[in-house]
Amino acid sequence: MIDVDAPLPSTGATHRRGRLAALLDHDLVYSFTRSKVTVGAALVTLLIVLAAVLAPWIAPHDPFDLRQLNLLDSHLPPAWAADGDRRFLLGTDDQGRDVLSAILYGARISLSVGVLSVALAALVGIALGLIAGYAGGALDSLIMRGADVQLTFPAILIALLIDGTMRALSGEARNEDTAFWVLVLSIGLSSWVQYARTVRGSTLVEKNKDYVQAARLIGLDPTSILFRHVLPNVMGPVLVIATINFGLAIILEATLSFLGVGLPPTEPSLGTLISIGNKFLFAGEWWIAIFPGLTLAGLVLAVNLLGDWLRDALNPKLR
Amino acid sequence: MTKALLSVRNLRVEFPTRRGTLVAVDDISFDIMPGEVLGVVGESGAGKSLTGTAIIGLIEPPGRIGAGEIRLKGDRIDDLPPERFRRIRGRRIGMVFQDPLTSLNPLYRIGHQLAETIVTHTGVDAGTARRRALALLAEVGIPAPEARIDNYPHQFSGGMRQRVVLALALAANPELIIADEPTTALDVSVQAQIITLLKRLCRDHGTAVMLITHDMGVIAETADRVAVMYAGRIVEIGPVRAVVKTPLHPYTAGLMGSIPKPDADVTRLVQIPGSMPRLTAMPAGCAFHPRCPRAFAPCPTARPNLEPYGDAQVACWLFEQPSAAAEARA
Amino acid sequence: MLAFLVRRALQALLVMLVVALIAFTLFRFVGDPINQMVGLETTQAERAQLREALGLNDPVIVQFVRFAWHALQLDFGVSYQFKQPVVTLIGERFPATIELAFVSAVVALLLGIPMGVYTALHRRSWISTALLTVSLLGISLPVFLTGILLIFVFSVTLGVLPSFGRGEVVHLGFWTTGLLTASGLRAIILPAITLGLFQLTLVMRLVRSEMLEVLRTDYIKFARARGLTDRAVNFGHALKNTLVPVVTIVGLQLGSVIAFAIITETVFQWPGMGLLFLIAVQSADIPVMAAYLLLVAAIFVTINLIVDLFYALIDPRIRVDARTA
Repeated sequence: MIDVDAPLPSTGATHRRGRLAALLDHDLVYSFTRSKVTVGAALVTLLIVLAAVLAPWIAPHDPFDLRQLNLLDSHLPPAWAADGDRRFLLGTDDQGRDVLSAILYGARISLSVGVLSVALAALVGIALGLIAGYAGGALDSLIMRGADVQLTFPAILIALLIDGTMRALSGEARNEDTAFWVLVLSIGLSSWVQYARTVRGSTLVEKNKDYVQAARLIGLDPTSILFRHVLPNVMGPVLVIATINFGLAIILEATLSFLGVGLPPTEPSLGTLISIGNKFLFAGEWWIAIFPGLTLAGLVLAVNLLGDWLRDALNPKLR
Repeated sequence: MTKALLSVRNLRVEFPTRRGTLVAVDDISFDIMPGEVLGVVGESGAGKSLTGTAIIGLIEPPGRIGAGEIRLKGDRIDDLPPERFRRIRGRRIGMVFQDPLTSLNPLYRIGHQLAETIVTHTGVDAGTARRRALALLAEVGIPAPEARIDNYPHQFSGGMRQRVVLALALAANPELIIADEPTTALDVSVQAQIITLLKRLCRDHGTAVMLITHDMGVIAETADRVAVMYAGRIVEIGPVRAVVKTPLHPYTAGLMGSIPKPDADVTRLVQIPGSMPRLTAMPAGCAFHPRCPRAFAPCPTARPNLEPYGDAQVACWLFEQPSAAAEARA
Repeated sequence: MLAFLVRRALQALLVMLVVALIAFTLFRFVGDPINQMVGLETTQAERAQLREALGLNDPVIVQFVRFAWHALQLDFGVSYQFKQPVVTLIGERFPATIELAFVSAVVALLLGIPMGVYTALHRRSWISTALLTVSLLGISLPVFLTGILLIFVFSVTLGVLPSFGRGEVVHLGFWTTGLLTASGLRAIILPAITLGLFQLTLVMRLVRSEMLEVLRTDYIKFARARGLTDRAVNFGHALKNTLVPVVTIVGLQLGSVIAFAIITETVFQWPGMGLLFLIAVQSADIPVMAAYLLLVAAIFVTINLIVDLFYALIDPRIRVDARTA
């Protein structure tokens, strides 16, 4: 069969050009720079991420500092509108909080929850996948049955369930500080299955290879076998799952916050902001909901575009 | 002299990639006479399948026919608009692929798939089509066709499936069948049956066959003439007896030497050192010269053309006219 | 095929059992079963008596069986918050959710499948590119945001469609339907679009990717080599082979639609089970949560079984036992 993507034969010239040049010549980078859409998406994501990370320094106001808030400043429309105030570029909400600053901090929180929950899901999923694949037998069955049962339910349901359970367990004295971690926990635990399945599949394949049998014979520790041989092979698909997962995690967090079971108004994420703004839509004060909404949509869109590109680039069948 | 059924001239199949255009089939020309079996033999990647696919017009983009002409009974077909070409496919040129399991749609009964092909090309009613389908099944050797015509593909064994595939390819009675590795996916015991069947069917229907395979044994048994392909080029083409008994091109000689013959008195099988060059690193001049035990001065500099020599044609400087060889050396 | 179905049925039973176990654990150990029956003045002794009377000191297995038995009879206890039997609460709101889910799914399929086929067959046309770009939006927009944007445009700005409620409903036996009244129809439009948009996107992308896969197979190549018309190849062969896995996956998604209805119902104040569940989560109303969980699990499992049955009927490799010639 024609191997149209076979690498050019290595000559002395390639070696002289150095590894950076070779890296830039890689198919992945090529397809990335060729697609203007993907580059645009990456830039947008980078922008939002930077803005979020630097929020404490670049936000014009601190929306959580109760001393800075002035009720007289509330309900102000964006700066370019008739009653606008130049201090508050995108307007203020019912508490007098600057919408722009709230968005920056909110994006920060949304992104943190997204990253942490993906990390948790990946950790749990990879671990369980490795165990299931390597140990086999009853343990494997147990984990996979559990995965099947969980897969029957959509993530939002599981996340809501975990949240509701936590709520019931902690009783009336519900600490708002823990809302962040409960959220990370619920979202993370609702999405480990994909990782586990993929990793388990790869583990099963590797387990039967000769070098693993040999390693076991000479008494090598199974954990090190798993880490050094199975894990690297599985990182590609895991990365793809993680990018899909990340977009979903952000949406899930925003949804839960919007529904009122996520982050509270004192530590609002983008979803919380939208739910606050929702109450004022009919009063004509659209900016409180729409700007956070656009930011959220833009962020998730950009992440999804990046994920799409990554999937296509890593999929040999589509080349 | 009878007019050729299929006439290919200077065919070139290429793939534009970001590293430049790769040429997979490089300027090949050959004829197929009505009713004859032309074997096309060569290693994997030599361009045999692509040639077949190009003839029937099913090259997938970004691949394309870069140059050349393909004529069916004198009429050009490679530049036909898609709808006109579609009418040729199946009706005048048929093609059979390697794996009979994946060649059949698993969701449809084979009777349906047969009738569909018949009706598409001949427009008869369903009853007539079904009768023809039964006749075809009987002809390809499916026992109890009335019982099996309503079976699904997965209910047949590998050999039976390939018979069904042959029936489908012959359903509209084409003049030429391109068989791309028709026996490679089958058990050895079944391979012979299928080859015999193919020969008989084509003799009975007067169909010409372009038999693409890497198996020289099949060619020796079945073909009238054989074309040897290497790196996208035809290096030798001639009557099968001549090519097998007295191979001219060093590559062909190597191929013949590598076939185990139980009754021959050889201690070792011939091995051709090295491997076929990749499309991205095609040698200059004759593509085979780096591996050729008889390479000499003109070989790396200029590409030899197919020239007649005895009964056959061969593309090798060893057999070129002295003046041409001298020109190349200059 | 019988063996296949029996296996699936057993799997379904297993899932229900596990879910029942989780629901029971929630009900008995996270929630407090005597919560709604006592007031602040009830003494410890009276509570202990009550526990005994309710059988709360029996072995856990016995309690579980009792719970399961009650569940099968649709007795889930009384809601902590509303002080009404859970089954009544859910029953009232069940039709609303089902209608919404159904209408949105139909819309998604009717639009999504043709769009998916089109983008697979005409890969380079600008319409395809446009559709795919819009579809990316469909996946990226969270359901609640879609709802809010729709409300903003059609209710707040244009004022043509209602933003909450179900409109007038007609009672048919125990079912209530909003589809037979003008106001009901108007009320269901925005929620159905909201709930249907992401489904539409999913269906379209799924159909597209499955069809592209199918178009690359050998049997399609062979069909073309036999000179079959484009229509026969694309719709007779490719489409049929595409739809089989598509219907399977869509069927499985139906379950999640019911879950996403929670969000849609919240945004539009649609009086369905989803909204009830959300309120239950917010107020830690365990009996409602447990009951919703069981009900939804039952629905999912049933849908899965139906999809499996459908698949077995359609794919001859499962339906007809393979025989070697």
